[in-house]
Amino acid sequence: MINSAIKKVIVLGSGALKIGEAGEFDYSGSQALKALKEEGVYTVLINPNIATIQTSEEIADKIYFLPVTATWVEKVIEKEKPDGILLAFGGQTALNCGVDLFRQGILEKHNIQVVGTPVQSIINTEDRQIFADILREIDVLTPKSVACDTIEKAREAAKQLGFPLIIRAAYTLGGLGSGFCSNEEELNKLAENAFSYSPQILVEESIKGWKEVEYEVVRDKYDNCITVCNMENFDPLGIHTGESIVVAPSQTLSNDEYHKLRTLSIKIIRKIGVVGECNVQFALDPNSEDYRVIEVNARLSRSSALASKATGYPLAFVAAKLGLGYGLHELKNSVTKVTTACFEPALDYVVVKIPRWDLNKFEGVSKTLGSSMKSVGEIMAIGRSFEEAIQKGIRMVGGGMHGFEGNRSEMEITDIDGELKNPTDRRIFAIAEAFQNGYSVDKIWEITRIDKWFLQKLSNIHDLKNRLIEFNTLAELPVDLLLLAKKQGYSDFQIARLVMKNPDSQIQSDLLKVRAHRKSLGITPVIKQIDTLAGEYPALTNYLYVTYNGTEHDVEFQHDQKSVIVLGSGAYRIGSSVEFDWCSVNAVNTIRKEGFRSIMINYNPETVSTDYDTCDRLYFDELTLERVLDICDLEQPLGTVLSMGGQIPNNLAMRLHKQGIPILGTTAEKIDNAEDRNKFSAMLDRLDVDQPRWSQLTTIEDINRFVDEVGFPVLIRPSYVLSGAAMNVVSNKDQLHHFLTLAAHVSKEHPVVVSEFIENAKEIEVDAVAKNGEIVAYAISEHVEFAGVHSGDATIVFPPQKLYIETIRRIKKISRKIALALEITGPFNIQYLAKDNDIKVIECNLRASRSFPFVSKVLRTNLIEIATKAMLDVPFEKPDKSLFELDYVGVKAPQFSFHRLLNADPVTGVDMASTGEVACIGENFYEALLKSMLSVGYRIPKKTILISSGPTKGKVELLESARMLKERDFTIYATGGTHHFFKENGIETEQVCWPDEDNADINTLDLIKNRKVEMVINIPKDHTTREISNGYNIRRNAIDFNIPLITNARVASAFIYAICKLDLENIAIKAWNEYK
Amino acid sequence: MRKVKLILEDGTVLEGKSFGYEKSVAGEVVFYTAMTGYPESLTDPSYTGQILVSTYPLIGNYGVPKDLIEDGIHKHFESNKIHITGLIISDYSVGFSHWNAMMSLGDWLKSQEIPGLYDIDTRLLTKILREKGSLLGKIEFESEEIEFFDPNLSNLVAIASTDKVITYGNGAYKIVMVDCGVKNNIIRCLIKRNTTVIRVPWDYDFTTLEYDGLFLTNGPGDPAMCDITVKHIKVAIAQEKPIMGICLGNQLLGLAAGAETYKLKYGHRSHNQPVLLNGTNRCFITSQNHGFAIATETLPSDWESLFVNVNDNTNEGIRHKTKPFFSTQFHPEASSGPVDTEFLFDDFIESVKKNKSGK
Repeated sequence: MINSAIKKVIVLGSGALKIGEAGEFDYSGSQALKALKEEGVYTVLINPNIATIQTSEEIADKIYFLPVTATWVEKVIEKEKPDGILLAFGGQTALNCGVDLFRQGILEKHNIQVVGTPVQSIINTEDRQIFADILREIDVLTPKSVACDTIEKAREAAKQLGFPLIIRAAYTLGGLGSGFCSNEEELNKLAENAFSYSPQILVEESIKGWKEVEYEVVRDKYDNCITVCNMENFDPLGIHTGESIVVAPSQTLSNDEYHKLRTLSIKIIRKIGVVGECNVQFALDPNSEDYRVIEVNARLSRSSALASKATGYPLAFVAAKLGLGYGLHELKNSVTKVTTACFEPALDYVVVKIPRWDLNKFEGVSKTLGSSMKSVGEIMAIGRSFEEAIQKGIRMVGGGMHGFEGNRSEMEITDIDGELKNPTDRRIFAIAEAFQNGYSVDKIWEITRIDKWFLQKLSNIHDLKNRLIEFNTLAELPVDLLLLAKKQGYSDFQIARLVMKNPDSQIQSDLLKVRAHRKSLGITPVIKQIDTLAGEYPALTNYLYVTYNGTEHDVEFQHDQKSVIVLGSGAYRIGSSVEFDWCSVNAVNTIRKEGFRSIMINYNPETVSTDYDTCDRLYFDELTLERVLDICDLEQPLGTVLSMGGQIPNNLAMRLHKQGIPILGTTAEKIDNAEDRNKFSAMLDRLDVDQPRWSQLTTIEDINRFVDEVGFPVLIRPSYVLSGAAMNVVSNKDQLHHFLTLAAHVSKEHPVVVSEFIENAKEIEVDAVAKNGEIVAYAISEHVEFAGVHSGDATIVFPPQKLYIETIRRIKKISRKIALALEITGPFNIQYLAKDNDIKVIECNLRASRSFPFVSKVLRTNLIEIATKAMLDVPFEKPDKSLFELDYVGVKAPQFSFHRLLNADPVTGVDMASTGEVACIGENFYEALLKSMLSVGYRIPKKTILISSGPTKGKVELLESARMLKERDFTIYATGGTHHFFKENGIETEQVCWPDEDNADINTLDLIKNRKVEMVINIPKDHTTREISNGYNIRRNAIDFNIPLITNARVASAFIYAICKLDLENIAIKAWNEYK
Repeated sequence: MRKVKLILEDGTVLEGKSFGYEKSVAGEVVFYTAMTGYPESLTDPSYTGQILVSTYPLIGNYGVPKDLIEDGIHKHFESNKIHITGLIISDYSVGFSHWNAMMSLGDWLKSQEIPGLYDIDTRLLTKILREKGSLLGKIEFESEEIEFFDPNLSNLVAIASTDKVITYGNGAYKIVMVDCGVKNNIIRCLIKRNTTVIRVPWDYDFTTLEYDGLFLTNGPGDPAMCDITVKHIKVAIAQEKPIMGICLGNQLLGLAAGAETYKLKYGHRSHNQPVLLNGTNRCFITSQNHGFAIATETLPSDWESLFVNVNDNTNEGIRHKTKPFFSTQFHPEASSGPVDTEFLFDDFIESVKKNKSGK
């Protein structure tokens, strides 16, 4: 029985990917849209994240690339007049927006029904005090907690509850502003910070060290309830669940404990009145059945995405249907197609989720894991033993590690106790190191409180390593030991290293020897299905994983030269994110449309590509050479596509090719020619194409000599990094020396690449598709920032607005030459520098790039579809659209997550730091820029701004901006140099002193802390970002006190121009398809 | 290590490794898909005669709980011993961890002389059983060959039932419980509802006793083996006193009413079986363990279906249209499994109360 009054709905997306809110909401939103479409409901999606699958024409009926805030959503409501709105599928962003719409009476005013869980229920779970009160009514325990709206009240509460305590901010994403404190000083610090995010904070009893267990609960309007999945954290309470290794189902809970918490989950969802899905998090005493409810999320969450992938139960899809009025028992299990959706999946495998951190990308960031989230992505590994799953998972994370054991120089841990006690992103390896140093399971448990069951399993892996290293050749390695190693998830790489013990230079050939050896012994993995019912009912499921803990394949392989394998992108990380999922899914779609069978390999639970109905076969497994070869051996595909998933598949090209795996599109040799710096450089010389001068050097003397020749600044790329970022720009000898001695290592084994760095140059990107060396489609876009900001962090404009015709002509010509020389078939991307029509090539990637979805969607021409057809060698139409014909502009803006990265310096540089992006379309550049910057969280200042404009260039750039702001009666606070420069140019500003100055002027930090400014513009002076400087203090405080910060002068001046010249009220609200 | 194999009557041979008692055994091989609760399942008398295959691969994780007695019954077990004939799993956790554990699963199996095999592709095995139905099988240790044995040919209820009358609790309502292989949690569920439970052997003529309500328990094997029990129930349903049955109890009540039972291809043994309360939109997730079922269409006209399985439409419970008699094929007492239908005990006690006060 569905609600027939709902014919048209608005679905709110989650915007840019950020820490705590990532790709999982593309997955859940896409599922919901699919479910709505199936019911004939007209869908209007609001989401500025242009790289997502959900913002594709065939998924939603109408798409608005606009900020997900009440103001903008109301404008869309006024225009679209929907019957209903869905708030549960766009993470905390959509939920908060929904609460705002409700509180401001907008939903009522426009008579819009909330589809699914009522807003009041959401508010009841979000306000911790109300939540605790409600649970008390049904005798459900929550941690003793006091809600406080002032710091005095927080101190009072602390006295009452006693330390240690946890401080939480209400209404925030993924534990933002939360932390543990054990004394009043720590409390003051934490509380102050938490108040900057939320008007309400909670002071709670600490239950650190308890088990953390989650349930995903579903309820329909008939009050039928199921728990789809439970999950147990490997790390005890104290580490945010997003930062924790998580297993599903729970492993250490008895039946009584499992069902006690399950029953409580159902009791809670009934009381709250959720219709759809919610997540309940528990703390469970490791020494009794005592428990506390920690949190309830009355919406789809990261955990629910994980639970969907872990079980095969499509939570978001079902939740959307329940919102429309279905009963659970009226829906079918989408895997078996015959049984009902009203059931609880039975797993016959174990799933391990491991977070992916990229903390090395940030200067100064604290690496300690705690109650707020820092990870940027996650992986899910499936096995039929814990050992198998966790070893797979560690490899999947992609930090260069090979498993729990067998990591040689990849990780050096000296302070084992310290690492165990204060866990960092290296915790799992600290455990390995502890075993290596003779620590017992009990001793590690004493320090970490990780359940002994997990530690015993890890110790099994360690014990097996000790048995493996007793042998020195494959011939003498007992067969049963080799088989056991594979069952415990040891890779050929690990076995090669542990048994053969050759230097790393031989490892690639050694691991192939292991492979050949085990194949000769018949030791090969089997393919198993995920079918939601543990084999009880027959299921034609195509959701597969690879295991050594079994003897029979669940599926048959058709060797008919009709299947094409697409390699996905792996874990989301800084530099490789949802955009590659969009590319992968579009490649898969094209492959299917062209009559081939598509096979996807990927292991990222936050993606649409790992949705089993996206492709004909999904291998939820590793993207290592070994695993891809295993799958190719079985499938014998027509070809493999390596150019859609970013760098991970690209890096496999040569090695797969050497093993005889057919690669579609550009050949492996040509990919190597583009990837190998020397080969590529020589080719450019032959083609007479210019590039910044560079050299690969092995001594400090050589580096100095090279720098003397090209002059400062130079870009340094060490091959071995001691600490901090891998790349850096240095402007003088001191900085160079400092970087090379403290941060990097220079030697014959670890050469350093030094490149000339061209200042004030424009950076231009070409995203294109070629067939047999001829370009068939292309898009040229320009960066707002000058070169020096990583292309992933840049604000990008398409089509370009400020390029010389001559520049464009030259770029097209060079691109054609390169495409021809590399005989490209498929997608590619070239990055250029342009200074006065002088064009230099920086980089060329023979794969899809981050900007493919952006340019494809702005152009309304799917470059990936064309590229895939080119690779499949099927006919396609060459697009005739010229980029000059567009009457609108797209601007892509980066999303940073600095507020989550304690102490990190919020600047952009040559290494990428953003975690996501948005793109909006406008009638002109400024309109598009404004929308996209508002979409990544900027707010328009009304009266006050702080400017410290850095180097002269910055000052000049911002002069006109300052003038415009003055004309609009802004109070401009400026630091000394800026103040004087502006004054000399006739602009009055209030002078403020630097953080470390102490004079009569107001201190910049006080301005920020007291929220006397609405925006901070701080342009770093030079490229050294290492020292804790005044600039750092200003920037960091702006982030910590949640004041919008711009650190690039060109972006700042464009933003100020936009806010001064445009009136928000007059911006036309147009859907994507209305830009023609 | 001694070589050991699982051999099925269809000729399938799977080699495994032993982690339990080393003894060759034969029985009926069935699979169950629950992910928790092996101590409860192994002590469930309904599994008498069966070699149990766990589809969940990681078993033994939390060891075996302490053997405590509460109200005259084992607190953490469903009976006083392991009832399965043998256990087949994929991955055995040698190391276990739980605050309430007293020993490992392997040691427990050894202490009760029950064999256990690991390192077997249990998914493969499950698929065979799903395709061919439950099969006879044997766990054979090297140089200890044995014959196949069909437990359904013997009276398993007689083996699983008590041989004497035992009384539990001291409540206001007197419940006679016909023990066909009762799970302890049924007793717990009753005595915490102000009852005195008189547990009698399966073939005991309870019609001679004074009581307020009659309870028909779960149990192993073919209901057709329990003619004598059915005969006694026929007497009871001619009267008015409330009756509740579970699992085998459901089948016996059905037989007494005049319906027929049949053997399912491979039965329901799991924690995730959805049952719909007839005439409503209420669907419950239930714990189940049975190989036989009532053929709903054979129910006489004064009886009706109470619950139906949403997945395969098999009978999940019956009730009398006018008298206070009902029974479920699933296990409202759970243990192991979800407890969502425990309210049925309240319904039973409520009708007992009503019936008693009505006198």
